[in-house]
Amino acid sequence: MTTFSLFDIAGPIMVGPSSSHTAGAAKIGQFARAIFDATPTKVHFLLHGSFGEVYKGHATDRALLGGVMKFSPNDARIKTSFEIADEIGLKYEFEPGDLGAGYHPNSVRITLENPRRKTVVIGSSIGGGSVVMNQINSFDVHITGNSAEQFFTLVVENENLPGMLAKVTGYLGHKGIRIVNMQSCYLAFENKVLSVLSIEKALTLAEILDLEKEEGILFVRSLEKLS
Amino acid sequence: MPIWQVMLSYEKQFSNQREEEIMSKLDTRLQVIFDGIEAAIENPELSKSGMVGNSTPKLARAVKDFPEWADGLLLNESAVRAMLGAVATGENNARMGVILAFPTAGAAGVLPGVIYGAKHKLGLNRQQMLEMMLTASAIGVIIANSATLSGAAGGCQAEVGSATAMAAAALTEVRGKTPEMSLHAASLALKNMIGLACDPIGGLVEVPCIKRNGIGAVFSMAASDMAVMGIESFVPFDEVVRAMREVGDLMSPKIRETALGGLAMTPTGQAVSARMGLLKIGENPCAK
Repeated sequence: MTTFSLFDIAGPIMVGPSSSHTAGAAKIGQFARAIFDATPTKVHFLLHGSFGEVYKGHATDRALLGGVMKFSPNDARIKTSFEIADEIGLKYEFEPGDLGAGYHPNSVRITLENPRRKTVVIGSSIGGGSVVMNQINSFDVHITGNSAEQFFTLVVENENLPGMLAKVTGYLGHKGIRIVNMQSCYLAFENKVLSVLSIEKALTLAEILDLEKEEGILFVRSLEKLS
Repeated sequence: MPIWQVMLSYEKQFSNQREEEIMSKLDTRLQVIFDGIEAAIENPELSKSGMVGNSTPKLARAVKDFPEWADGLLLNESAVRAMLGAVATGENNARMGVILAFPTAGAAGVLPGVIYGAKHKLGLNRQQMLEMMLTASAIGVIIANSATLSGAAGGCQAEVGSATAMAAAALTEVRGKTPEMSLHAASLALKNMIGLACDPIGGLVEVPCIKRNGIGAVFSMAASDMAVMGIESFVPFDEVVRAMREVGDLMSPKIRETALGGLAMTPTGQAVSARMGLLKIGENPCAK
């Protein structure tokens, strides 16, 4: 039986009006920004299912954009996120669309860009403010918001060569960092693998650069915990 | 041992946190409740749909000059204050204020309502209000484990219904009554709400949710008063919760937060949906 914490009942603290359409949306935005791990100049949101139909009434758009600017679901600035984005020069666009039948009705595809990098993620708000990230740059993943709040998340993309996972896990072991969960996904048409690890300590910039120096590793992102 | 203490011990084990940390987190949440009520009273604002936002000032006027209003109203000052606390919380949520989902955003007004409403009459201090939040949460955990707190799963009986049960128990226990009497209050409140549909216009947490929270807070007070008089629920709380779940399972999805039935499908409800460009009629976002 799943059971509940005091703060599952007396919580979360959130900007209204809807836990799934506002609070969850902000969290997906935060998640996308954490994965992007840089300052975006342009962001596009493809709103799927119920998100595409009711986003205006529930301020899903403001919440998503606020999340992309690192606002937590309880940050009052979500209400004015359009104005804040305009001020800091972040271009944003919302488009209702269809991601296909496999996605939860409250899903969004977020494309974050700046002149140096581009990241595309898909996330779903699955109820009560809980979220799941389903895709990072075409790789299928399954990262829950809960796990990203509790642990640090490490995202590693590499060429499909032998011993790649061993390099990553070996490095973490050498640094004394415990791994509590991991998953890998293979993208056939690019012959690349993306791995997501939940770990108990974030990597420093120097450690990230260390790992990125390894042959076959394309990029490493060490995410802050979601708040 | 009072229910609030049981909840505190439970949380200490569950989260491995010290009592002071838990109480301090809870205190932050209590402050969110009060700040939200004050914000809606001091700076009332219509929601984007225009359906809600103008009840808080009316209730606030009645509370402010209650002696002048008293003769013309049936309820006492605590009950009117409770309606104010609940409606202000809901209207603050609708205009994108910061709220505490307690237990959900849609039912977030009831607990603030009874705390705000009973505070003066019972002379509650901060610690007692935190104890109320603990008692209420214990009831919430029981309902979440044995049934559901989600309108999409169980209709509004699971949201505002559960919140009234949580509030009734909290009120009864803070008035120095036994855990048994507090659970009777919770049963009386929840039985009163069994079968309640979740049929919000346009899928927005506005109509009928907000005023329903206001009246729900008063129901909680009535249930608590009954328990204080020694009136017992014929059906024990555990069984009431299971009955609530069963009724939720019997409910059509049209009245479980999909905005496809009940008030949402009235001509008035559909006109708002059309004007706001909300749910396409006949399309169920939860069908998948």
